[in-house]
Amino acid sequence: MSSIISVANLSKTYGSGFKALKNVNLDIKRGEIFALLGPNGAGKTTLISIICGIANPSQGKVLVGGEDIQTSYRKARSLIGLVPQELHTDAFESVWATVSFSRGLFGKPKNPEHIEKVLKDLSLWDKKDNKIITLSGGMKRRVMIAKALSHEPQILFLDEPTAGVDVELRKGMWEVVRGLQQSGVTIILTTHYIEEAEEMADRIGVINKGEIVLIEDKTTLMQKLGKKRLTLHLQGKIASLPESLRHYELELCDSGATLVYDYDTKGERTGITSLLGDLRAAGIRFNDLDTTQSSLEDIFVDLVRTS
Amino acid sequence: MNHRAIRAIYLFEMARTWRTLLQSIVSPVVSTSLYFVVFGAAIGSRISQVEGVSYGTFIVPGLIMLSVLTQSIANASFGIYFPKFTGTIYEILSAPISYFEIVLGYVGAAATKSIILGLIILATAGLFVPLHIQHPVWMLAFLVLTAVTFSLFGFIIGIWADGFEKLQMIPMLVVTPLTFLGGSFYSIDMLPPTWRTVALLNPVVYLISGFRWSFYEIADVSMAVSIGMTLAFLVICLVVIWWIFRTGYRLKN
Repeated sequence: MSSIISVANLSKTYGSGFKALKNVNLDIKRGEIFALLGPNGAGKTTLISIICGIANPSQGKVLVGGEDIQTSYRKARSLIGLVPQELHTDAFESVWATVSFSRGLFGKPKNPEHIEKVLKDLSLWDKKDNKIITLSGGMKRRVMIAKALSHEPQILFLDEPTAGVDVELRKGMWEVVRGLQQSGVTIILTTHYIEEAEEMADRIGVINKGEIVLIEDKTTLMQKLGKKRLTLHLQGKIASLPESLRHYELELCDSGATLVYDYDTKGERTGITSLLGDLRAAGIRFNDLDTTQSSLEDIFVDLVRTS
Repeated sequence: MNHRAIRAIYLFEMARTWRTLLQSIVSPVVSTSLYFVVFGAAIGSRISQVEGVSYGTFIVPGLIMLSVLTQSIANASFGIYFPKFTGTIYEILSAPISYFEIVLGYVGAAATKSIILGLIILATAGLFVPLHIQHPVWMLAFLVLTAVTFSLFGFIIGIWADGFEKLQMIPMLVVTPLTFLGGSFYSIDMLPPTWRTVALLNPVVYLISGFRWSFYEIADVSMAVSIGMTLAFLVICLVVIWWIFRTGYRLKN
């Protein structure tokens, strides 16, 4: 898959001396959903702002659709739709007027059919004549998305798209984003909700303290870094572990009714086979077992802590 | 040239004018009418003619300039400050539009409003005093030049301001006094010699003088100097705006 965005050696130092980005390299593949994760102040919004033209880079180069964002900014920016984190709206404009304004701003000829489709897709059609000030927070968020989609962008940036949005609406938005991906739009989203990245993304990038810590396919990442937990439900409670099982670092839970064993799927040996053999030898029997994989959230917290 | 973007910004700004019609058009017209009542009828009737023109007629160009200057600054500064304040500026900065086109949209709309307002005030003045415009083309040229120049100045103030107080500060503390002291209501020849010299440091004097000349062929300074000074201010504003966009001053981090 070819890159639609290519970020090379990008750095950003603010006037205060704060280094928001440190030599960032990143390639976004055409047609993918890329989730950028990071704690507050990690540099997510700065990175998006630079790519979209809102902030100036201190160093480095960004190509969007093969066009340099500085020397060929018209072509580069016309490919991008941006939904910023904050709800910035013209309070006294109607939904229809503000979305049409965005299309004009991007140099596209009037196309009421397209605006109608966007508003209908986002369940805003019946609000098209309402002033934005009268809309709820969730609706305003969707107006922002409609504005970003008004000029038929190939790339959509969603900076914390579901922050402050209720669960039902969030799921509705995921549907919209999936639909956009199917229509060929590349989507880059930043989020605090790990669940969102886990649900939506094809690839995941983790940024911390201005540095890209990791970029990986979501499934590979979860397999590669995911620890698994084996829980054994014992036939009878035991008071303590026999000496022969000490080196497995097992945890005895539920007053001795379950045994928990954490293992690394990356490791050459998981130790499960020998553990089960040693349990049998020690006379400990179980009537059920289950394994669980650590969530992306666990992986993320681990990464941020160690980087 | 992204002419659709210029049109979008221009129409957006003009739409704001129609939405705030009372504040944008009616209010300046009412206040100007009051000037005519107070200075033209009440006080003016006790003042003899100024350079061969009745006092009420004499103050018409100055009054139009007073409104055009202040409204150009107010319109343009608010036009660009408001998106900064609400955050919607992100859309302008991320659109495929050049700085020149942004300025053209905002300043074009602000200047259009001021010109419309100037013409409405001119028509209003016609209801109070007899008017005769000797050089209508020059009159329009001066009106357009002043509206554009001071809209550019307003645009700079709007970018510079980081709060509503600053947005009001320059118009209230600098522009209004300069306009009142710029010969709106008198010929600077009426001033004592020292004050006359001081008055010549006021750029507004040249605008009003040139504008009044286009009406009655009465001027405090020569027409060439008036045009030269206005153009010089226009160029200064353009250079400052060029610098703002080149550096991203108060627009981009």
